[in-house]
Amino acid sequence: MHTLRETKMIVNRLKHLLGAGSALVGTLVLWAMPTSVQADWALNLQRPVTEIARVQYDLHMLITYIVTVIGIMVFAIMFYSIVKFRKSKGAQAAKFTHSTKAEVIWTVIPTLILIAMAVPSTKALLLMEDTTESDMVVKVTGYQWGWHYDYMEEDVSFYSKLTTPQSQITGTETKGENYLLEVDNHMVLPVGKKVRLLLTAQDVIHAWWVPQLGGKKDAIPGFINEMWVRADETGTFRGQCAELCGRDHGYMPIVVDVVDEAQYQAWLDGQRNKG
Amino acid sequence: MTTTVADHHHDEVPKGITRWLFTTNHKDIGTLYLWFSFIMFLVGGAMSLVIRAELFQPGLQVVDPHFFNQMTTVHALIMVFGAVMPGFVGFANWMIPMMIGAPDMALPRLNNWSFWLLPPAALLLVISLFVPGGGPASGWTLYPPLTIQGGMGMDFTIFTVHILGMSSILGSINIIATILNMRAPGMTLMKMPLFVWTWLITAFLLLAAIPVLAGAVTMLLTDRHFGTAFFDPAGGGDPALFQHIFWFFGHPEVYILILPAFGVISQVIPTFSRKPLFGYTSMVFASAAIAFLSFIVWAHHMYTVGMPLSGELFFMYATMLIAIPTGVKIFNWLATMWRGSLTFETPMLFAVSVVCLFTMGGLTGLMMSITPADFQYHDTYYIVAHFHYTIFAGSVLSMFAGIYYWLPKWTGHMYDETLGKWHFWLTVIGFNVTFFPQHFLGLAGMPRRIPDYALQFTEFNQISTIGSLVMGFAQLILLVVVVKAIRGGKKASAEVWENPEGLEWSLPSPPPYHTFATAPEVR
Ligand code: HEM
Ligand SMILES: [Cu+2]
Ligand SMILES: [Cu+2]
Repeated sequence: MHTLRETKMIVNRLKHLLGAGSALVGTLVLWAMPTSVQADWALNLQRPVTEIARVQYDLHMLITYIVTVIGIMVFAIMFYSIVKFRKSKGAQAAKFTHSTKAEVIWTVIPTLILIAMAVPSTKALLLMEDTTESDMVVKVTGYQWGWHYDYMEEDVSFYSKLTTPQSQITGTETKGENYLLEVDNHMVLPVGKKVRLLLTAQDVIHAWWVPQLGGKKDAIPGFINEMWVRADETGTFRGQCAELCGRDHGYMPIVVDVVDEAQYQAWLDGQRNKG
Repeated sequence: MTTTVADHHHDEVPKGITRWLFTTNHKDIGTLYLWFSFIMFLVGGAMSLVIRAELFQPGLQVVDPHFFNQMTTVHALIMVFGAVMPGFVGFANWMIPMMIGAPDMALPRLNNWSFWLLPPAALLLVISLFVPGGGPASGWTLYPPLTIQGGMGMDFTIFTVHILGMSSILGSINIIATILNMRAPGMTLMKMPLFVWTWLITAFLLLAAIPVLAGAVTMLLTDRHFGTAFFDPAGGGDPALFQHIFWFFGHPEVYILILPAFGVISQVIPTFSRKPLFGYTSMVFASAAIAFLSFIVWAHHMYTVGMPLSGELFFMYATMLIAIPTGVKIFNWLATMWRGSLTFETPMLFAVSVVCLFTMGGLTGLMMSITPADFQYHDTYYIVAHFHYTIFAGSVLSMFAGIYYWLPKWTGHMYDETLGKWHFWLTVIGFNVTFFPQHFLGLAGMPRRIPDYALQFTEFNQISTIGSLVMGFAQLILLVVVVKAIRGGKKASAEVWENPEGLEWSLPSPPPYHTFATAPEVR
């Protein structure tokens, strides 16, 4: 009798909760929709366009699957226990306090899973850190608040700063499509070339990050960090500074145009003529 | 075995403000710590709502970016050093003597001093927000050269860290001395409740880690004012050096925040499973293993700083290893519940949610330990989600579990179970609505510590802000529950729960002002 009433109560409560929950979610969705032009609910890493970014993406998916399965197992055991071993259902407590077999299993299996994760990770890291045999070098310098690019072999260098107008930031004007991800002078790279980036900073630490081109690296004053990029396709790719660097940290984006060789040469010529 | 202390002439409870100012009583000091922690929790929480309000929409609506940076910085410092650490010291003060059958802490006067260092330190930090140039705005990690640029508020922060550190060191010396010297006859180390064990290990972590932090911020101070150049490349220094020192403290610090929480959960789950803790010995060893490993993984916070390949590989493998003892703990809790006789009073609800949600935080931690992938995750909202699943859902929810578990013991009254359940559900739902979407934001490319963002991040930020409002206001329920239980309510029996294990339950609820004047026998 008692348990029946309790179950009913729980079911009722769940119903209420579900009802309230879906109402809440529904309102949220309705209400959030009109506020933005391009609702895209991005859930995952951006589409990779370099080998490094692709390796990172694949590794990310692999470990996401692994931890999701582990998580689901833990949750399943937990919910099974919650449902099955309730005192209100007359469950009697067992007395066991350990089981060597179980403990060995749940030490050894995770170890094996970790080894399985470590192998591709090590390979990926070796690939990323190999900056040899590059086709060209660009020096990237972070400063408060923008970037400076120096094509060292080409005698081309320029600053690159945010162009989003203040009126869009304060909201007196509608925000544009590339709000906060637009700059005056784009960095231009040739497609298919291995570009070695030398990163440093003038004042405080910044970090150069274009998700589709691969991971980030810190730009540290007084030091030179390296990374490399080889884009597989042409296009415009956007990123941001990823290390807190003061007041306008949120306002120092990065825009990279990957173009074919001819366009790249033309761009270089144009830059030289400017200077 | 019951110790009657009624005729003991020391048992009159002092009155008025001097009771609290001059107290050397572990229960009073525990209470002070807990109230201090709760106030800091509300102050830090208010700051997080400022952050979430600004992030509700792209654009700048509520605060200026410099103030935004101060909010993220001070929020984190207050939560870590003002809410979670003192909160668990409060539990240690109340519970350790009662759990090991000691009359009080080993060094009661020191105990008074370690508490009363806290309010001035917290005040200093809050005042820093109002001095010219504002408070610290460099993130709680205080990386130079940005910290060198900060105004006077930065110096206030450095002194705050010094004072809080002093308090932690004194507190941990006291805890170690108490546990090692004051156990009742028969209470061998391997009979100690797990909460006492995890605190013993935590206290050693504090002793080792806090002086390193103090050193790091002192070097900042001399770089700022006395012409040294530890971290200034122009003078031959190295900005990355600070990060190594900071994280040598910082990673053990995160285990300082979580180990006592593991201890609380290991007390609560057996009681409501009506079954002894599974794998006590392996729990002790897993805690010790975690503590040891925590000193050799610091650079997993600095993969992007530009380390040699061998360094990145070492820190990746070492960090992945931590998943094993952490997994052991989770499996032991599951096995404790397995074939138990479960009931779900509020403490148990919180404990179960900790096991589930902390598992999620641990799993994202494992993902971030993979260096190549972390080059994408680092410094994004993915990290923010990870550490809130570990610190909020791990440490803070464990504290809630502990409060509901021991509140009847402390006050002598049962708390209001209905309100407790409201508090639980609103907190846990609000928490997940706030932080789960942040995984998506981070993956999609939203950096952390920005006041304004590109349009594709709008929807999840809005959901997150709504969740944070629910979660934030739900905490006022806890205040109501605690105040109600202090003022009255159903009388709690000595045992409170059904056959709970531990010496604290052999004392009346509330326990007399002085307990275990003669040591109990432990079989
Ligand atoms: C399985 C265990 C864990 C692993 C493998 C792990 C791993 C990591 C890694 C690799 C990072 C750095 C990510 C980055 O910045 O790129 C990190 C950040 C962090 N973790 Fe964990 N973690 C674990 C558990 C915990 C626990 C228990 C806590 C606290 C109670 C915690 C708190 C933090 C915090 C606060 C940060 C961010 C610090 C900052 O940059 O401000 N983690 N974790
Ligand atoms: Cu920045
Ligand atoms: Cu860490």
